[in-house]
Amino acid sequence: MNSVQTAVSQTSPPKKSFLYDPKVRGAFYQVVLVVAIIALFYVAATNAIENLQRAKIASGFGFLNNTAGFDISQTLIQFSAAGGTYGDAFIVGLLNTLIVSAIGIFFTTFLGFLIGIARLSKNWMVAKVAMVYVEVLRNVPLLVQLLFWYIAVLGALPQPRNSLEMGAGFYLNSRGLFMAKPIWASNIGILVAVLLIGLIGTFIYRRWARKQQEQTGRQYPVGKVTLALVLGLPILTWIVLALIGANPISFELPRKGTFNLTGGMQILPEFVALLLGLVTYTAAFIAEVVRAGILAVSKGQTEAAGSLGLTPGQTLRLVVIPQAMRVIIPPLTSQYLNLTKNSSLAVAIGYPDLVQVFMGTVLNQTGQAIEVVVITMGVYLTISLLTSFIMNIYNRRVAIVER
Amino acid sequence: MDPDAVSTEAARNGLTGARLGDNQDPSSHVELLGEHTNMKKALVSIAFGLTASLFATGASAQATLNSVKQKGFLTCGSNTGLAGFGQPDAQGNWTGLDVDLCRAIAAAIFDDPTKVRFIPLAAKDRFTALQSGEVDVLSRNSTATMSRDTQLGLDFPVINYYDGQGFMVRKKLGVSSAKELNGASICTQQGTTTELNLADYFRANNMKYEVVAFATSDETFKAYDAGRCDAFTTDASGLYAERLRASAPDDHIVLPEIISKEPLGPAVRHGDNQWGDIVRWTHNAMLNAEELGVTKANVDQMKTSENPEIKRLLGTEGKFGEAVGLTNDWAVRVIKHVGNYGESFEKNVGEGSRLKIKRGQNALWTKGGLQYGIPVR
Repeated sequence: MNSVQTAVSQTSPPKKSFLYDPKVRGAFYQVVLVVAIIALFYVAATNAIENLQRAKIASGFGFLNNTAGFDISQTLIQFSAAGGTYGDAFIVGLLNTLIVSAIGIFFTTFLGFLIGIARLSKNWMVAKVAMVYVEVLRNVPLLVQLLFWYIAVLGALPQPRNSLEMGAGFYLNSRGLFMAKPIWASNIGILVAVLLIGLIGTFIYRRWARKQQEQTGRQYPVGKVTLALVLGLPILTWIVLALIGANPISFELPRKGTFNLTGGMQILPEFVALLLGLVTYTAAFIAEVVRAGILAVSKGQTEAAGSLGLTPGQTLRLVVIPQAMRVIIPPLTSQYLNLTKNSSLAVAIGYPDLVQVFMGTVLNQTGQAIEVVVITMGVYLTISLLTSFIMNIYNRRVAIVER
Repeated sequence: MDPDAVSTEAARNGLTGARLGDNQDPSSHVELLGEHTNMKKALVSIAFGLTASLFATGASAQATLNSVKQKGFLTCGSNTGLAGFGQPDAQGNWTGLDVDLCRAIAAAIFDDPTKVRFIPLAAKDRFTALQSGEVDVLSRNSTATMSRDTQLGLDFPVINYYDGQGFMVRKKLGVSSAKELNGASICTQQGTTTELNLADYFRANNMKYEVVAFATSDETFKAYDAGRCDAFTTDASGLYAERLRASAPDDHIVLPEIISKEPLGPAVRHGDNQWGDIVRWTHNAMLNAEELGVTKANVDQMKTSENPEIKRLLGTEGKFGEAVGLTNDWAVRVIKHVGNYGESFEKNVGEGSRLKIKRGQNALWTKGGLQYGIPVR
């Protein structure tokens, strides 16, 4: 191999013609490719505009300012058929996609880690249950699972007039989960301030406890103190305020209306079904990623931790998981992206996400397919790139620092 | 509910919104997954359409008839399944009022009503499919509106069914008027005028509601039937068709209010006037045939009639067919294979069908309705 290369370089003339210089040639082809791609896009764009004009189809992005004239079931911002524009409808859809993705990513990470670790459990029963979970959930198409959840959620729940009363202002019926809606009084600021103090206190305490442990080896009850500072302190303040007659939070309870419960907060069954479907499905994949990550950590690490006297829990938390994270994070990122993109299957169960609202209703009412599809593709691309970007930063932090 | 009573009620209420409504489509036999396959197909067709609209050099005017003749069949955008209007049976044979119109066009061109390929389309995909050339004509209970006519690059040559939007509720709710629906949750199909009328109606009457919108009529009605919504809304004709599919049809009533005007008709691409003419005159031939008493059974005897109007319609006098690019006996072909408008109506949605819809506004103008055949002259 080596000798052949040497032979070739020896026989080739020392002075190459400009035309045969591989660098020049490479650059030439690169330029040709770029020009061809730009020309292709230019031809496509001008041709599309010409065709649209000839067919008398409206074009441009002006439609985003037109009044939408339809209503949406779940809106995180103020939106009504009266004043909302197609642009507002786009934002409503986008926020609905983001919220289901964000909450989904949170829960699926938790569930995925739990099941991934359970699959490696020494307890035969736990390991097999986790295995069955992974194999079943991973091998049934997500759309089928979503329809299962939606129809199961819908089918099993009672009609509004027979709502299940779950206590503490919670009701469940076929229109969703209803709960008390907190109404903030003007002195809510006190509670927020106390919560902030608790958080800062926790941060300082944890640093101090860690330093103490490193220096003296003494361990402090970090978990209990955190709980007391973050939860206990605000709750205590709330009780004191309520006792002196300045309650900062009151609750609006759902009441029975003509058709359904009114007032309070409502979580749509479409949202619940989509969230359940996405979380349980993606968790099966994350479980496998986590299992692979843990198995990638050499057994010697666990044994070393054991000989140092760490408990199995501590071994997992302090030795195995931090090293496994290096293997886990890149594929975990792609699972997060999958979950976000899969949320567009919402269209099948009537959850008003970006695709359902924007590529469904807005596209049809305006007829501007090209613009709507381009915007939607741009949004998913942006969300995916942002998620990757954030995960890459995290990845760099946990990666092995080479010295 | 008698559609006649329904329409007078609408006139009394004077509740015809500025933006007029739409339609939907049920399909009892298409199971959920099949529906999604259809949806996927429609999406794929949109993707192709988009690519085509980017690179194709747009279809020139007058092109549709030639391309249909070349292909040897007509592609007709139809409902995914709405009883009486467009629905395939267990053997895959399409029937319905909208389907008959496509068959009539095929008969006029090929003298063969079977030379049609039906492409089932969800409401939200239908116009894109027509714009992109995926279908030659969209005959899918679509409401003609100004924005669709002027901004979507479409033309609605005729109205083949005059309809209006209504509501269906469960009897046990004890609701007798749409005015009592304050606070109700309502299932509707997205991408329809129905969705817009609904918002208009509740706003005009200062009432609140929760809208639950689904992509296909099948999903919409299933959700209503499963109890997700208090009311289901669509065109009145669709309500009667959908009620037949309910798990217990007698548990549901259609409320008397009609909240919109829904002139349903076939749509073609803007700019191909010859093709628009063919669709327009096919429907008008069916109307004129009914008015003149020409039926599927007697069309051959009628050729010898001395009535000049019949002679012109059936092509024994004049060259009206050739002027639109067809043969002069085009109307004979339409009537012989499909029948006149009245026959098609009775068979698909009228007394001869399960829907039992009265002619009402869709009667001929001579009988107090709105269907008025433009003279062949």
